[in-house]
Amino acid sequence: MIAVKNVEKTFGDQKVLKGITTTFETGKTNLIIGQSGSGKTVLLKSLLGIHQIDSGIISFDGRNYSELNADEKRELRTEIGMVFQGSALFDSMTVEENVAFPLKMFTNKSKDEIEDRANFVINRVNLINANHKKPSEISGGMQKRVAIARAIVNNPKYLFCDEPNSGLDPKTSIVIDNLIKEITEEYDITTVINTHDMNSVMEIGEKIVFLKEGILAWEGNKDQIFKTDNQAVTDFVYSSNLFKKVREAVLKGY
Amino acid sequence: MMLLRYLTQIGRYFLMLKDIFNKPTKWSVTKGLIFKEIDDLIIDSLGIVCFISFFVGGVVAIQTALNLTNPLIPKYLIGFATRQSVLLEFAPTFISIIMAGKMGSFITSSIGTMRVTEQIDALEVMGVNSLNYLVFPKIIALLLYPFVIGISMFLGILGGWMAGVYGGFTSSAEFIQGIQTEFIPFHVAYAFIKTFVFALLLATIPSFHGYYMKGGALEVGKASTVSFVWTSVVIILCNYILTQLLLTK
Repeated sequence: MIAVKNVEKTFGDQKVLKGITTTFETGKTNLIIGQSGSGKTVLLKSLLGIHQIDSGIISFDGRNYSELNADEKRELRTEIGMVFQGSALFDSMTVEENVAFPLKMFTNKSKDEIEDRANFVINRVNLINANHKKPSEISGGMQKRVAIARAIVNNPKYLFCDEPNSGLDPKTSIVIDNLIKEITEEYDITTVINTHDMNSVMEIGEKIVFLKEGILAWEGNKDQIFKTDNQAVTDFVYSSNLFKKVREAVLKGY
Repeated sequence: MMLLRYLTQIGRYFLMLKDIFNKPTKWSVTKGLIFKEIDDLIIDSLGIVCFISFFVGGVVAIQTALNLTNPLIPKYLIGFATRQSVLLEFAPTFISIIMAGKMGSFITSSIGTMRVTEQIDALEVMGVNSLNYLVFPKIIALLLYPFVIGISMFLGILGGWMAGVYGGFTSSAEFIQGIQTEFIPFHVAYAFIKTFVFALLLATIPSFHGYYMKGGALEVGKASTVSFVWTSVVIILCNYILTQLLLTK
């Protein structure tokens, strides 16, 4: 579990996170949603340690990140898997080399063991005949799968995904969402997903944290989000006509 | 304000140098990266270095010959001038400036692209010291840079000899006499000391500009240009300082 308490972050004279307090639970897909500029990327990067927070506490299963020394922080980072918005695959490496990279860097496994584990994970994300291709030779959806495979290859305790569906068609988005959910349950990891894709919210939103202008404006799950009266949430969720109609149907009891 | 910005950048550069040697990457991984960098930075540069050195050596010999109009000045000075020009300045300094364009823009654009596409963030999130992973193998690979400059020296003088002899400006014996005249072995040491310093600059300044760049594809191009300018400026400044320190009494 990741606990966030009174986290604040300022850039220049602009306060981007204003006292965020929440928890991200183990074995669940936790979503951070909000409009562009609401602070969700800053929150995610603060959780990852890319941004240093001004005040507050971020703890990973009881380990207060700001109290860890440099070695403990590096150790913690080996327990983290990250899927970047643009996949962030290493261009110079093949799919298999990308997936095997964390194993080569942080384990003492033999070459065969690394290859076996990498192939197992590649198969787990349903990638076929792509092992020896470079990232530029595969589709966006396949790149996301490779990024997920690389993120989970070293059995992380925490999985972070930044806009995992950006640039993907709706069908592939659902496949990726479901893959993340399955992996979260299968490996019992704490998954935090930063998204503004409402389809993802409805598909895998087991815990949803809604940010508005750096403030945690609402939290709940995918069932509660349709029924909430919170104006900020309804303005965000029902900016799409499709969801407006779905909500009307839900409230009418269809 | 501008001075403060430059000072900040210089401070940041030295902090980067310190961080390169923190938390080294596993040797088995670093070894592979070093070989890759030797291929990308050293082997891939040999062609252009050989081509430029040979022809510039030839041009130096021809220019010297054309300016020796006084019949009292011995012809062996063509060989002497070619050797001195190539050995002291052309091979170590001007090849390094050419390499600041060739190698430097490659280093800045490759690291800059990794920054733009979040590959550096990916390394950091995994717990890898990205500076050590990306820059340290380049520094080690460029320890072979004096080997490139050695080839440049040889080919520059060979080009001078061919242009001088086959162009009918001097005889082979006179040219070789010129090469041997007043040869000071320390000049070779001076040239290679400079080369080692330039190798360090060639590996680190372009890396600095790529690593700390912000923005998108356009900024990668701008960073490559800025990196070339600054690498050249620092090489010229260091060349002056080293010459003052090593050759003057």
